[in-house]
Amino acid sequence: MLRVDGIHSYYGKSHILHGVSLEVNKGEVVSLLGRNGAGKTTTMKSIVGIVVPREGSILFDGTTISGIETHKVAQRGIAFVPEHRGIFQLLSVEENLAIAARRDSIWGLSEVFANFPRLKERRHNRGSDLSGGEQQMLAIARALVNGPKLLLLDEPTEGLAPVIVDEVVQVIAAVRQSGIAVLLVEQNIKVCMNLADRHYILEQGNIVYSGSRDEFCTADQVRERYLTLN
Amino acid sequence: MSLYLIQLINGLGIGMIYFMISVGLSIIFGTMNFVNFAHGAFYLLGAYLCYAVVAATGSFWLALAVAPPAMALTGWFAERYLLSRLYHAPHQYQILVTLGLALVIQEGVMLVWGAIGQNVATPVLLQGVVVFGSFVYPKYRLFVIGFTALLTFVLWLALERTRYGAILRAGTESTEMVALLGIDIFRMFSFTFALGAYLAGLAGGLTAPISGADPFMGPGALSVAFVVVVIGGIGSFSGALAGGLLIGVVQSEMSSLWSEGANIMIYVAMALVILVRPRGLLGRA
Repeated sequence: MLRVDGIHSYYGKSHILHGVSLEVNKGEVVSLLGRNGAGKTTTMKSIVGIVVPREGSILFDGTTISGIETHKVAQRGIAFVPEHRGIFQLLSVEENLAIAARRDSIWGLSEVFANFPRLKERRHNRGSDLSGGEQQMLAIARALVNGPKLLLLDEPTEGLAPVIVDEVVQVIAAVRQSGIAVLLVEQNIKVCMNLADRHYILEQGNIVYSGSRDEFCTADQVRERYLTLN
Repeated sequence: MSLYLIQLINGLGIGMIYFMISVGLSIIFGTMNFVNFAHGAFYLLGAYLCYAVVAATGSFWLALAVAPPAMALTGWFAERYLLSRLYHAPHQYQILVTLGLALVIQEGVMLVWGAIGQNVATPVLLQGVVVFGSFVYPKYRLFVIGFTALLTFVLWLALERTRYGAILRAGTESTEMVALLGIDIFRMFSFTFALGAYLAGLAGGLTAPISGADPFMGPGALSVAFVVVVIGGIGSFSGALAGGLLIGVVQSEMSSLWSEGANIMIYVAMALVILVRPRGLLGRA
């Protein structure tokens, strides 16, 4: 479904991605792992067109999306939940959802409120009144009502209490159940191993490992080498 | 005492006009981070279009119905084909081009209508004064206050209760996040720009029967509008309303207390507001 092929991305003059290639198939949850500064967020930003890759191509459902505007990428069915969550502080919870809602989405407002009871309770509150966990839930819910075929999540559990992390994991599992593919950037390796069907590891702008859930479980050396802090 | 009351009401009327000039400037600045020095020229051209329609047909009401939409179209055209190229350029380029556009409009007005100001007659229906006991006040000025108040309420409803309004408010926080939700922000910019030009043009048209149409009214209106934007807070609708009314009342009251200093006092008011609230009365961190 998504095919990233040898992309090179830059921030100004600094060369961040050195030919990243990866794939996400229909209905899969794929994790993108790696240390801080490896290029995970830049990869996601390149997919949605916030950063435009200078080389390489990105195909989604068979058509090239590299180089097209961000809102058009979103309309094709890729929703990106950034690390800072991007909740509109001045808008109510309901308004945050309403501006994103599309009729053709399998997730409507009623499905969201059934899966996120906290958001239903808080629907008239402003974005600025929400806790970190509630903001993350709202950010994911808002992406879902946008009707994506593929959801990009950048560090969804960062800074959240363990109980809330479990809730986020359940939500991602529910997203997969509904047939939406997920590309997940996450520091919490337990969360990744729990959710993802396949894993990629990014190191200094290159994909240095890719493997299935089972392969990754037994690849202690790989985890040691690329993911532990030293 | 009644002099100050009359000046207060005058100030509210002027303040509502200032609000209508400023609100577009403020929202355009807040969402697109775009400095539009041609905004005062939209106000100028609005006044002259109004004058032209009145001169041709004799109907002020027709002028009020035609001139502001013509300004919306002008603004939309300018944004679409000229100014949208400058969104990613530094502010000094935006200022250069929009200032140039303002001069072109101003010189164009002088070419067509001459360098001397023109008067626009008050519509027959609103000529004369209303009398409440000892209180006497021109009908037309009361109409301006009532009409702009009604329009402000309609705008507020549109901003707070519609999807487009919610998108616009979201845009003042992060245009990138709006784009990530699949919304074409550039189309939103064009529409917003047209709306701002509409309101500036309407302000010009409404002012014409009071102070006439004058080819040099643009820069003065622009500098007041920037003061209002700074006082109210960039990108804030209610801030522009509060700032416009404050400046209108200060200027009006000062003109009877110390007429030489009336224009200086609006900058004093701005300085005082910035000292206490650097982001404006209703600005956000």
